[in-house]
Formats: sequence, structure tokens, C-alpha cells
Amino acid sequence: MTDFGSMLFVFVLATFIGLGVIRRVSRLLYTPLMSLTNAISAIAVVGSIVVTGADHPLTIRILGAVALFASMTNIVSGFLITDRMLKMFKKQ
Amino acid sequence: MHLIGELSAVLATALFIFALYWMNDPKTARRGVIAGVTGMTVAVVATWIQPEIIHHGWIVGAIVVGFVVGVPLSQVPLTAVPQRTALSHAFGGLAAGLVGTAEFFLSLGEPAKAAVQLTPFRMSALVAEVILGFLTFTGSLMAAGKLQEVRWIPQRPVTYPGQNVVNIGVLVIAVALGVMLVLNPGAPWAAQAFIAIAVLPLIFGVLLIIPIGGADMPTVISILNAYAGLAAVAMGFVLNNKLLVTAGALDGSSGLILSIIMCRAMNRSFTNVLFGAFGKAQPAALKGEQKEWKQETVEGAAQLLEQARNVVIIPGYGMAVAQAQHKVRELYDALTKRGVTVKFAIHPVAGRMPGHMNVLLAEANIPYSALVEMDEINPEMPQTDVALVLGANDVVNPAARYNKGTPIYGMPIIDADKAKTVLAVKRSKNPGFAGIDNELYVLDNTWMLFGDAKAVLGDLVKQFGSGGIH
Repeated sequence: MTDFGSMLFVFVLATFIGLGVIRRVSRLLYTPLMSLTNAISAIAVVGSIVVTGADHPLTIRILGAVALFASMTNIVSGFLITDRMLKMFKKQ
Repeated sequence: MHLIGELSAVLATALFIFALYWMNDPKTARRGVIAGVTGMTVAVVATWIQPEIIHHGWIVGAIVVGFVVGVPLSQVPLTAVPQRTALSHAFGGLAAGLVGTAEFFLSLGEPAKAAVQLTPFRMSALVAEVILGFLTFTGSLMAAGKLQEVRWIPQRPVTYPGQNVVNIGVLVIAVALGVMLVLNPGAPWAAQAFIAIAVLPLIFGVLLIIPIGGADMPTVISILNAYAGLAAVAMGFVLNNKLLVTAGALDGSSGLILSIIMCRAMNRSFTNVLFGAFGKAQPAALKGEQKEWKQETVEGAAQLLEQARNVVIIPGYGMAVAQAQHKVRELYDALTKRGVTVKFAIHPVAGRMPGHMNVLLAEANIPYSALVEMDEINPEMPQTDVALVLGANDVVNPAARYNKGTPIYGMPIIDADKAKTVLAVKRSKNPGFAGIDNELYVLDNTWMLFGDAKAVLGDLVKQFGSGGIH
């Protein structure tokens, strides 16, 4: 089923890319960085959509809907507050 | 359809990486948000249009509620950003835990499928997803509660004998049950074991945060950030979804790097933060000669500041509590206008989350070119005429350099004591969060200004405005 070899491969490479990119992030922006990565990792929403929307038993779909709500909240508040904070950083 | 899914996942991955890349400079950072939103939209649409999705009403409903809760959460005052961040880690953990639970019972529900779907690898990923997800959920809720100063959550670290044994014991039982389930996924007790695997981390998350005090919050939030990312990675393994694995790995590595930076800035290890219970009651100071503080008047302080050529302001959590950042801006303007060079020295763990001080000062319209990191400002401190300590405490305590008896020993500090004159604004005469006496306050070149930071700064600014000083 799960091709776990290639999944592990993706995980290791993505972690290295992450370490490389995050290391270069401006120290001024650690707070918005955290809200941005939080919004991005709410990509878990795609898992919730499948659990909620497919033809599953009711209890399963309720679990999915709560998860979908939680992820969606993170996406909306995460991106909005990141932008709100970044707008404030002015050079002069 | 499958091709669309794969291509959109690749596109979203690329956009997410660019989003983080653009965060390397405040000038390009807002582009990152646009890239992130675009990537997210592409991924959501590509998933939603799959033919197996039939209950659209449910999805729309959950998304609408997500907006209704999410928009107000994005408008909180910036002093409340740490608790919002902790809350969002909690939501991320909750989503991972719930999806994992749903996936497990889906596979278990059909015995024909269970043997094929609950392979050792997938079962391990499920267990990891649920444990990480649920411990992040309650742990982050507790952290958010402590930061919000919710009444029934104790602010001070709560410790008891055998605490670490209890904590680790709870986690070990959950992991052991997980291993048993990986080995026998179809066992008759599988459902019960899985429920225990879900409940134990919920308890563990609470126990983990109880002994942690406010000064450790920047590190703890970063560690929970990493856990939330790893929970998303585990979910990606369960769902065989590479986009999820990638996004989770980006989040996890960000949390990891921030945790390392925070730990280094406090000279402590992960295990020490999580299991070392900072802020334990200090043995009473054994100093023979108790030195006295010297108090300065507002007029005198204003004079000192005006006669200085360069001033370094060292903000701490006290500035945030007093909401004094806008008064800081007024003081910055008044001094700059008089030709005084003003810089801000930012300690990595000042405030309650990484980067907290920078955001608060940026909100007050202080240009980010005036915000200087600890390592860059320290060599300049001996040439600084006035160091103005504003609600910071442990990060300027010289005892960290040599006193092995203090819990902050070895922590890198901002060398405020090396400035020619130190002015320290302090709310009360009590010791700081870590409960440690601060030697800076009794040095020969230190003068104290007692009072609420906002009020004191207001009075200082008035001295410049009303012509009290010529």
C-alpha cells in the first residue's frame, strides 16, 4: 500500500531543505515565521477533507469535520496574523 | 484526476518552500504569505475535486466555522501573540490526532481491509501521529492557558517528588501499547488499546507543561512547534501523502531550529527545559553585605539621557506587560531628534516567544534597522553612555557570568553593566520571574526608576516635550 521507502526519502530531503531555508530566516522575523509555518503545516486540512467528505460512517465524518475546522482555523488565523505582523516591519 | 493531484502537490510544495525562503528579509517577507496562501488554495481545491468527496455540505460548514474562529484569532493584540501561537499548535495537534483516530477505526472496521491496511509501517505511523498529535494538543492548551494567565492554571512551576518518573511512565505505557498494536493490529483488544494510546498522551501533555514557568515559554513553544510539525509528517505517512510529509517536515525543522536557538540563548538543554523545572524557589541570598539600590528621579534620568551621545534600550517582557511600546517610540523620537543615537538590544529569549520583542517594537513603528541582536550589541556596550533597561531582568543579570549557584548561570546576557550609566525601570522591588536577585540593580553605575514602564516612560517623554530640559 504505502510506499514507505519513497515517503521516508521525501521526509529526509524535505527536512534538509527546511533546515537550510529556516537557518537563513531573518532573526527579526521569528514570531511571524512561527505563525507562517503553523499555517503551512495546517496542510493537514487535505487529510481532514478526505475523512470528512468521503462516504464514511457518521462518527468518522464527525471526527473529520472537527479536524477540518481546527486546520482551517490555523490556516485563516495563521496567514492573516503573519501578514499583519509583517506589514509592521519598516526600515525607516 | 490523479495527475492533477500530483502536479498540484508539487506546485504547493514549491510555493511553501519559497514562502519560507522569502522570510530571510523583511523586505520580501510579505511575498511569502502570498505564496503560502496560493499553495494552500491549490492543494485544497485539488483535494476537494476528487470524485470520492461527496459530502460537500460538511466541508463547507467546517470551513465556515474555521473562518469565523480564525479571523478574530488573527486580530489579537500583539502582546497576546504567544498564546495565539500556542493555541494554533494545539489545533494542529488536535487535527492530526483526530484524523489518525478516524483512519485507524476506518481500517479496523473492515476486517478484510485491516490486514492489508494496518501494515507494521502504517500502524507505526498511526501510533506516532496520535501520540504526537494529542500530546501537542493538551500541552499547547496548557501553555496557552499559562500565557493567557487563566485563573485555574497555576503560573508558577508546579513540582512534586517523582514527577519525571510519573511523566515518562505515562508516555512509556502509551508507546509500549503502540508497539503491541504494531505487532498485532488485528487483535481483539485493538480498539481498546488504541483508545488508551489516544488518552495517555492527552494526560502526558498536561503533566509535561505543569512544571514549566513563564521564562521557559519561548523554548517550550518552539518544541511544541516541532511536535506539531512531526505529527503532520506522521499523518502524511499514514495517508501516503507527500505534500503533507513535506509541509510537516518544514514546520518541524523550523520548530527544531528555533528550539536550538532558544536553548542556546539560555545555556540549557532540551531535557533540562522539559524535565528540569526552572524557577524553583531560590535559597535565600547569603550575601553578607546587602547592597542598596539607588533611586533616580525622572528629571535626573531625562537629563542623563539627553546628555548621552548614544543610548541602548534593553526591552523585556515587562515592557509588553505594561503595553509601553508606544511610549518607547515617543522616547525614541524625542532622543533621536536631539541627535542621540538610540539602539535596541534584543536578547533571543526576551519576551514569551521567539522574536516577540521585534514584533512589539515594529508595531510601535520603530524601524527594524534600530533593533540589534545581543551578539552584535555587546561589543558596543562599553562605549554606550546610557543603557536603559526596560522590564528586562534575567537577560541583563551579571550573575549569569560567574555565579554557579544561580539557575541562569552560563546564560549569555546583554552586557548592560558595562555601559557608563545604567538606568533600570522596574515595576516593583521584587525579584524577576526566575526569582533571582539581580546584581545589576545594585552596581555603582546603576540608577533605578521604580514604577510601571508605561507611566515612567510617559513622564520621561514629558520632560523632553514640556521644555523641562533645555
